[in-house]
Amino acid sequence: MPGPTRGFLGRRREANPRLPPGQYDVGSGWPVLTAEPTPRIVPETWSLTVDGKVESPTTWTWDEAHRLPFSEYLGDIHCVTTWSKFDTRFGGVSVDTLLEAARPTPDAHFVMATSKTGYTTNLPLEDVTGGKAWIVWEFDGKPLPIEHGGPVRLLVPHLYFWKSAKWISRLSLMTRDQPGFWEQNGYHDRGDPWRQQRYQGD
Amino acid sequence: MTEVLGAGVPDAPTGGWRTASVAGVRRPLQRMVELRLDVHDRVDHLPGQHYVVRLTAEDGYTAQRSYSVASAPGDPLVELCVERLADGEVSTYLADVVEPGDELEVRGPIGGWFVWDGETPALLLAGGYGVVPFVAMLRHARAIGRPDLLRIAVSSRTMAELPYAGELREAGALIVLTREANGIRPAGRLTAGELIPLWEPGQKAFVCGGTSFAESASRILVDLGFPANGIRVERFGPSGVPA
Repeated sequence: MPGPTRGFLGRRREANPRLPPGQYDVGSGWPVLTAEPTPRIVPETWSLTVDGKVESPTTWTWDEAHRLPFSEYLGDIHCVTTWSKFDTRFGGVSVDTLLEAARPTPDAHFVMATSKTGYTTNLPLEDVTGGKAWIVWEFDGKPLPIEHGGPVRLLVPHLYFWKSAKWISRLSLMTRDQPGFWEQNGYHDRGDPWRQQRYQGD
Repeated sequence: MTEVLGAGVPDAPTGGWRTASVAGVRRPLQRMVELRLDVHDRVDHLPGQHYVVRLTAEDGYTAQRSYSVASAPGDPLVELCVERLADGEVSTYLADVVEPGDELEVRGPIGGWFVWDGETPALLLAGGYGVVPFVAMLRHARAIGRPDLLRIAVSSRTMAELPYAGELREAGALIVLTREANGIRPAGRLTAGELIPLWEPGQKAFVCGGTSFAESASRILVDLGFPANGIRVERFGPSGVPA
């Protein structure tokens, strides 16, 4: 551990046990971070497919997805660029509900999430099951804004937010792990904020 | 079927934590600080990559932020250009406190997507401090004798607030000012018509700036028919638009 930086006092702060190491509270802000232009997607043309290592590859349209049991996430989100946002409220459907329908095969261990724009991010299956991940179309009771991934994005709040792919269109189950977009471009394979898994090698 | 976004530059160099000695500090604009860093055992970067700066307080508290590199890979020092944000925790320290001879903990280079390969024609669109990675690209292009590959458009509120304004002007960049006239051009945002002459076959586009600039500039490109998968975007800002 290096010593202190000369003259750096840091912001006046109280220890907040909800803030992972190296993060700061962005308050009511919500930065927009994407590596590509924001696409224009109308809900009527959106669909989500769960395929790959599953017994029943399944596609849901906007209306079909909305007929699934509604599920909410209330809690915090964390971005690798060091901001965290407390007490967010997202609404949509649990990924568990989708996987129940598609039925992963026993050799399914990883998921590649793909967005309508071609953005990809990889996750261990256990990081999106057991009530830990959602497909969401609401933020604070209102439609999810397009710059934040609307009409529909993935939400995996216990990992850095690049794992919560915007404009989600596909979840492909895989036997073996493969790096997604940021994972090929220098970022960590898993992205646990509490372990500061930001970049390759962390 | 949409094409999957892949690696930008395969095997782009990545460096771990290093100690940097501050070799030079300049404050050419009111809110701009230019740090010239001697990074020990440095890994050479590609133009467009960034560094993380980590500050540690006496009580062990740390804060880290990412900053684009402005220097060309061939420069013996790493140059970071930082915009001093009024409520910035790291930027105010770098702007107000750092002096030559200080040591800083840095990590880099990082990022393989927003990187120019030195061979592909590129259209570079910057808002404000979004020019920094493009300055690295421009300096590299000059060093390898290929400045013809780059077309640059930058948007700033005023000329006095634009980092590297002289260097950009010398390179023939289109400079768009939103709050004051620039020669015969009246104040106003970048338009589609102004970009058409900068278009060349085979170009990639790089867009860098705050959220509203990045959003509008990339939308103009898409509306002009620029393929969305040929546009790379890097956004920054204290906290974007409030939710």
